[in-house]
Amino acid sequence: MKIAFTTKGKDWNAMMDPRFGRTEYFFVYDDETEEIIVEDNSDSTQEAHGAGPKTAQKLFDLQAKILITGNGPGGNAGVVLEKAGIEIYTGAGEMTVKEAYEAFKNNKLPLFK
Amino acid sequence: MKIAIASGKGGTGKTTLSTNLASYLAESDNVVLVDLDVEEPNSGLFLERKLIHSEEKFKMIPEWIKDKCTLCGECQKNCNYHAVIQLGTMILVFPELCHSCYACSELCPVNALPMKEKKIGDLSHYKAGNLDFIESKLMIGEEQAVPLIKQTIKYTDSNFEGIKIFDSPPGTSCPVIEAVKDADFIILVTEPTPFGLNDLKLAVETVRELNKKFGVVINRFGIGNNDVIEYCNNENIPILAKIPNSRKIAELYSKGELLYNSIPEVKEELIKIKDFIFSTAEEGVK
Repeated sequence: MKIAFTTKGKDWNAMMDPRFGRTEYFFVYDDETEEIIVEDNSDSTQEAHGAGPKTAQKLFDLQAKILITGNGPGGNAGVVLEKAGIEIYTGAGEMTVKEAYEAFKNNKLPLFK
Repeated sequence: MKIAIASGKGGTGKTTLSTNLASYLAESDNVVLVDLDVEEPNSGLFLERKLIHSEEKFKMIPEWIKDKCTLCGECQKNCNYHAVIQLGTMILVFPELCHSCYACSELCPVNALPMKEKKIGDLSHYKAGNLDFIESKLMIGEEQAVPLIKQTIKYTDSNFEGIKIFDSPPGTSCPVIEAVKDADFIILVTEPTPFGLNDLKLAVETVRELNKKFGVVINRFGIGNNDVIEYCNNENIPILAKIPNSRKIAELYSKGELLYNSIPEVKEELIKIKDFIFSTAEEGVK
């Protein structure tokens, strides 16, 4: 299962990015194969409109099943993520990726609805 | 003649000036006041008015027809606003993000995204004594003011000659540009504070970019400092009027009343604005 983190860097020690639509990177970890993919999302900072839906679509294309982020997505992005069947966990905006993953595994992060 | 009343900063007195100037000018001229701050119109609060006409306003958005769609992806590729998103075998349309450009619809090879109407707001036309007053209200949840502002100006232009006063939205973004771009003259209302000056400079940059004639009205004159006056002098920007800071004005405002009949200093300032605009008009502005 692929788990996507919104991050400001490219490794486990990077800080999480609390934003969804305009997050700098996605750090995607597959907990079955232990494979890691880092997706650059910096092009979203150039978007005047619709960064959320576009980023959500990117996450769908990455085939992520779980999203771990900070503030949670806005309304439009939320619709795309819901249709894509991606579960969203929030409240990890101030953590490192590793801390966020531990918090997720220990059921410390709230499910976003 | 079209006069747009704008400001960089919000809360500087656009509506106070718009309602008072329009009502004063309507005593001797044919005047329509148009509230183009469609996200939060409030000119109407200061006018005793009677509704004479109203109409619904719409924008065009694409509607996905699943049975026709071949999932080729052309629609989302051509949408600059990410209002059309393909998710596997689904096409999602986000009406609030759509700018009604028709690209997805026209470029769809199988016509699976025909355009349809979506209501975005209401236009109301009132009479307030001699003054005609038009107000448009954007519906809750709508993100784009521009289409409604555009249609409101169109309604005004096709129904009125004479003096048109546009109470514009604050700021310097798209809704403001739409509200002022056809104006013959722009009045920028500011207050003599560092915040007022900072946002006045942004507004001046904007109207200069649009190549517009403009002048400044300083509201709440007496508070703050002289930096706005110095700035205007250095930049050769005419200061049309200075409306004093006074408790009496605040009291009348809080009751939703006009000022110029009760406060002679306000009327004097309105006369200065009128004289300036009319003399500018003689210099070639329609």
